[in-house]
Formats: sequence, structure tokens, C-alpha cells
Amino acid sequence: MSFTNVENQVELIKEISGSDPYKCMKCGKCSASCPSYNEMDIKPHQFASYIIRGDVDELLSSKSAWKCLSCFACIERCPRDVQPGKLVDAARQLAERQRGGDHLQADEIPELLAEDLPQQLLVSAFRRYRR
Amino acid sequence: MQRIGVFVCHCGTNIAATVDVKKVVEMVRYEQGVVFADDYMYMCSEAGQEKIIEAIKEYKLTGLVICSCSPRMHEKTFRACAEKAGLNPYMVEVANIREQCSWIHKDKEEATKKAVILARAAIAKVNLNTPLKEGESPVTKRALVIGGGIAGIQTALDIADAGYEVDIVEKEPSIGGRMSQFDKTFPTLDCASCILTPKMVEVNQHPNITLYTYSEVEKVSGYVGNFDVGIRKKARSVDFDKCTGCGECMTKCPLGKIGHIPSEFDRGLKNRPAIYMPFAQAVPAVPVIDRENCTYFKTGKCGVCAKICPSKAVDYEQQDEIVTVKYGAIVVATGFDIINLDKFGEYAYNESPDVITSIELERLMNAAGPTGGHLERMSDHKQPKDIVFIQCVGSRCDNEEKGKPYCSKVCCMYTAKHAMLIKDHWPDTNITVFYIDVRTPGKNFDEFYRRAVEQYHVNYIKGQVGKVMPQPDGSLLVQAADLLDGKQIKMKADMVVLAAAIEPNPGVRKIATMLTASIDNNNFLTEAHAKLRPVESPTAGIFLSGMAQGPKDIPETVSQAGAAAVKVVGLLAKDKLKTNPCTAQCDTLLCNGCSTCANVCPYGAITYEDIQVNDHGLRETRRVAQVNLALCQGCGACTSACPSGAMDLQGFSNRQITTEVDAICR
Repeated sequence: MSFTNVENQVELIKEISGSDPYKCMKCGKCSASCPSYNEMDIKPHQFASYIIRGDVDELLSSKSAWKCLSCFACIERCPRDVQPGKLVDAARQLAERQRGGDHLQADEIPELLAEDLPQQLLVSAFRRYRR
Repeated sequence: MQRIGVFVCHCGTNIAATVDVKKVVEMVRYEQGVVFADDYMYMCSEAGQEKIIEAIKEYKLTGLVICSCSPRMHEKTFRACAEKAGLNPYMVEVANIREQCSWIHKDKEEATKKAVILARAAIAKVNLNTPLKEGESPVTKRALVIGGGIAGIQTALDIADAGYEVDIVEKEPSIGGRMSQFDKTFPTLDCASCILTPKMVEVNQHPNITLYTYSEVEKVSGYVGNFDVGIRKKARSVDFDKCTGCGECMTKCPLGKIGHIPSEFDRGLKNRPAIYMPFAQAVPAVPVIDRENCTYFKTGKCGVCAKICPSKAVDYEQQDEIVTVKYGAIVVATGFDIINLDKFGEYAYNESPDVITSIELERLMNAAGPTGGHLERMSDHKQPKDIVFIQCVGSRCDNEEKGKPYCSKVCCMYTAKHAMLIKDHWPDTNITVFYIDVRTPGKNFDEFYRRAVEQYHVNYIKGQVGKVMPQPDGSLLVQAADLLDGKQIKMKADMVVLAAAIEPNPGVRKIATMLTASIDNNNFLTEAHAKLRPVESPTAGIFLSGMAQGPKDIPETVSQAGAAAVKVVGLLAKDKLKTNPCTAQCDTLLCNGCSTCANVCPYGAITYEDIQVNDHGLRETRRVAQVNLALCQGCGACTSACPSGAMDLQGFSNRQITTEVDAICR
């Protein structure tokens, strides 16, 4: 997967996540809170920079995107409302969309669970749309 | 018929880069009344003003339109210039083609069109302008300072030393404010009490200063030079004249030993009796009875303090008293507090007594504090060995429910101070500071912080702490990330100190409303001009001092206090003030006495009288509005509210405004 238009890609991520990576002040409270920190090669406080630079491919090919537990600790504590967990979630969604998997049908989910559907997508989808 | 001159300013490239100035001149040349139009690089410069004066004389101009920056910037300049050439200053109109045009637009053609429209509106207005004359009002030579912290104290002393009378209103039982709670002060580490208490005594003894402690401003009316302020002197329950300040009552109050009244001064780290002075060096040294907690006031029993008092000063019957005093100027020095930390559950402030705020640490290190200056954990009274400081708790926070968007400015420095003081007393202590950025601009400030690192080996780690977890063994587990080393850290600590964001004193909103002084989104008082008028409120006669205006340290507060005092003295030194002639007027033939205007007037300037009128031969008595010109500030609320169009504002008449609108829509 590759993106040609960096601006467009940042906009897409902003749109999906509802948060603005430019607000990040690199305080590191996300990295301090993250239970998967040691499993990640790109640390949560770096997510915003990767997205701003247009290195979403690198972010997605890293372990970090798929080691995020969607625990939302970083979202809860971020003082700048950047919410790195939402950013990486948006990046994952972008990747899924490019693979053509845009929508989930509720009754298909049990079947999908057996396959290699990333559990993070399910967890955050449920969290986000729990209403 | 007016003879109008139009002057279009380039303002360097500020206007000329976006507005075709020459074209504006050509477009307005044939407007009604215009006999002269020209442009110049800087209209406000001496050469520019000369140009205006020459044109007034040569073309016998009766009105001016200056197309330039906002009238807030240079209306005064151009009015003075007109006056020099013998023109009434109120025959000048400014068309704002900078802030409201060139600075906010990019398209030159469109911006030029808009500049022409703005100029036309001003020309249309000048056609209807009439010469106005300023009145005069006397100045009461007495100032009020609201707040008795270091800002208020310094302002009052400077005004008093200049020979004017000053009153300080302080809501607490003693003056001294936040600074009296501190241990040492950065960057010189002199003890706060040692430099503050002499000033407190000086205030108390100064012949020109009157103190109203345990008092609050209740009502403000009037205007610059002539404020009437109602001050509520809360009942102290102790006779000021009889009390010798021996303190016997405080030691004998039964609640001092068995009660649970947290001491406000010691930030709840200690209890206090119901009859109390906030601290030993309190000024005035006269206790107050906290009626909400006092057993006598709650049950009618006890009365120990009255019995024990050797000078019979305790007076349970005392009532609140309201005094009304006249002032020429008012200084707001209401100071700050720290934010509530309830929303920061991750730092366990409400869970563990060993997680404290920096101001609580000040009390714990103060020789006059609850532990006599011995640093100990509140849980087990043991001396902490590992201490973690967390910076920016609630500062620089975009989430307005939790914190504040600004930098609190003082935390980096006081944390370095705390770290060094602790290391000085107990060199074995391990201190870690988790920071986002270390901000130390100021004279000898960065050197101070570097000393903490280089000389005292304080461990500074970049990265905000994620979580503080109280452990079963009584210690605290701090989880953070060292962003520069790329490692997540779990660290045990005996004590965690939070640098909580500062916020303006919550009471300031009420005071600002009474004074009609504007405040910003964060409740800091707004200055009249961020750079050029930093100690004045946009409301005439109101001045700002200290943290009430924005985050600042003690040296800055003292400088600002002096600056505010100079502005006050400059005002009080005048015998008369010129009053704004743009006041409301009532056309008694149209007024039907409905009271709508009086209801909307924020200055209480409208009253009613009965007049005899002859309406087409019919003699009758009619109730009509009357404007007190000394009180009217020309806000125009009445003119827009008046249903019959009887109220009109001089200089901004209804006809002038509709003509301006017509010119814009032409």
C-alpha cells in the first residue's frame, strides 16, 4: 500500500480519528501510560510525527500498530487531545479500507474471528460504536 | 456643508501591500463634501501630521477622514493633530482599513474595494458630525487596592509613598497572600517571610494606608476619578481596639485540640482552632472567629475565648458592617490559586497523602509550617528518601475540563528550588524531576536550574508521568517514559510532588463584573493593550497588578505593582479629568417615560423627571428620561433599546449610523 498525497493522507487520518496530530507537544504521557510500550518499535509519542511526516506506511509495517491493545489509556490521559491510540487506530482503518474491508456486518463477526482479523479493529470498533 | 479632507495611510506595507492606496484616493475624491484627498507613507508620523495640518489651513477643512489603522491605535493622535490646526477634535473620523481590511484579506482588488467602502462610510458620517466639547469631572484623591498579597502590598506602598491615600481590601483575616505561605524564593533563595513581613508591617504602619482585612468589595458604582465602593467588613467577633494580639484565645480554644478544622493557610496539612490568626506574623495581629465552626455560634455553649481574654476583646455580638468609600482609581491584585486536581485521578492525589502539591511542600519545608520545617510524609511521618516531581500537571493542557491551556510560568523554577533545598538539608535524598520542557527565561534563572543538575545532581527526565500507583507497602510506584533514552520506567517513590497549574483567584470573576473590567477565557484580567498598556484595564480608572493579569513570578509581580502604582499616581495627580462628550441625550418630545433605557443602562446614569410640555396647545405633565452626563460612558445601550427613538448618542447619532450603513450599501 502506498500513498502519493501526504496532505490528503493526514486529512484522512484526522477525519477518521477526529484528532489533530499537529497538537502533539511530545510530553510523552502516552508512552508513559502504554502497557505495550516494550513491545513497540515506534513509541506512542512518535505516532503523531510519523503521520505528519507522511510515514504511515512505516507506522503500519511496524509492530506498534498491531501491538496496541486499544486500552485507551493514552486517549484518556493525553493533555493535548491528540490521542495517539485514535491516530494509530485510524491508520489501521485506512489500511483495512485499502484492502477493501470497509464495513463489518455484525453477523459475520463470529466467522471473521476465526480468521486473522486484527482484534484491535474489533475492540476499538466496539468501543467507539458501543452506543 | 462640510469641507472634508481624506488622508489614506500606507502604513509602510501594512496597508499598501494589500490595498491599492492611490486607487482609494481617486475613488473617494468625488464623494459628497470631499474637497481634498491624499495619501502618505506614515500618516501618524510628524511629517504625516504636518501634511494634515497644512491641508486643514489651505483648504479650510471642516472635517477629516483618516483611512489608517484601528481608531484604538491612533484616533487620539489624529484628534490632537486636528486640534492643533484649530479644528474641533470630534470632526475627525478614522476608517479602519488595516485591522479590518488589509490585515485580514489577501485579494488586493477586493481589499481595495472594501477600503473604499469603509472610507465612504466615514465620509458620510463626517458630513453629519458636529463639534463636541469635553466636560470636566473632579478626581477623588484616594486609591483602592483589591487584594493584599505581594502585588497589592507593593502597589499600595508605592502609591502611599507618592503621597496619596490608599485602602487595601483583603478577604482573608491577614494580608500577605500566597507569598506568606512560601518557604524560600528563587533564584536567590532568600526566605519569603524575611522579605515579606517587613513590607506587611510597613503597610500596617504607613500613615497613608488603611487596611480592610476580612473584608470584601460588595458594590462598585461611579466612573474613573469618582468610584463609590461598598466594602463589607465581615464581623471579626474580636474588638480591634481592645485586642492586644496575645494569642491566649487561640491556645485555649477547645477546637484547637479536639476539632477538625483544616487550616487554610497550611493547605489542610494541619488543623486550627475556631478563633485563629492564619499565621504567627499575621497583619493585623487580631484573630477572627470562624463562625461556621465555632461551638459557641453553633450551640450557644462554650465561650472559653471570651472568658479567657485578658482585655475582654472577644465580642460575639459584632455584626458585619458596610462602609462606602469614594476612590479615584482601583487596582485589582486578586492573585491566584492552584487548580483542583480531582480530574487527575492517574496521579492519585486524592488517594495518597504522600502525593502532594508544590504549595503543600512549601508548607512542609517552612520552619513555621505544620512540621516545623522537617520534611516528612503525611502518612507515616517518615522522612522521604526518594522524591518524584511531576511538572505541568494541568498546565499546557488542551482539555479544558481538566486543565489550562497556558504555561504556569513559575513551576520550572520553584521545582528546581525545591529540589536544591531538599538536597541541601538532606543530601541523601534522591530527586527525580519529570518534565516536558524546562522553561527558565529570566535573569540568573537558567543558571539556577543548571545548578540543580550539575551541583546537586537532581535527575531530570524528559517525559510526563503516566500514572502514580500507591503500593501496599506504603510506597508509590511511578510509571513514566524517558523519551530521550527511549525506555519506559517504573520507579518507587516515597513522595510525589505535583506542580499543579495556577489559575486566577476564583473570586476575580465577581469583582471584574462589578468593575466592568474585561477578563479572558481563563479568567485573567485583560489589559488595555498587551504591549503598550499592560497594567491598565480597558475600563478607565481600573489597573492591574500581579497574577490576576497573568502568570508571573515575584520579581515580575513587584515590577508590575510599581508600574500600576505609577499609573494610579498619574491619574490622582490630576485635579480634573476630561469627560467623554459622546454621551446619550434624551429628546423629551419623543420620550414616553417607559423606563426601558434606565433598565439597560449599566452605569445607572438615567433618571426620570416630570416636565411641563406644550403639545400643540395642550399643556401636560410628562415623565421623561434624563441622562447624568457625568455617569454616562457613551456605551449606546439606551439608544438601541429605546422604542421611540428618543435616546441618541452624541457623536454616534442614529442618523449618523444609518447614513454610514447607507453609504456601505450604496
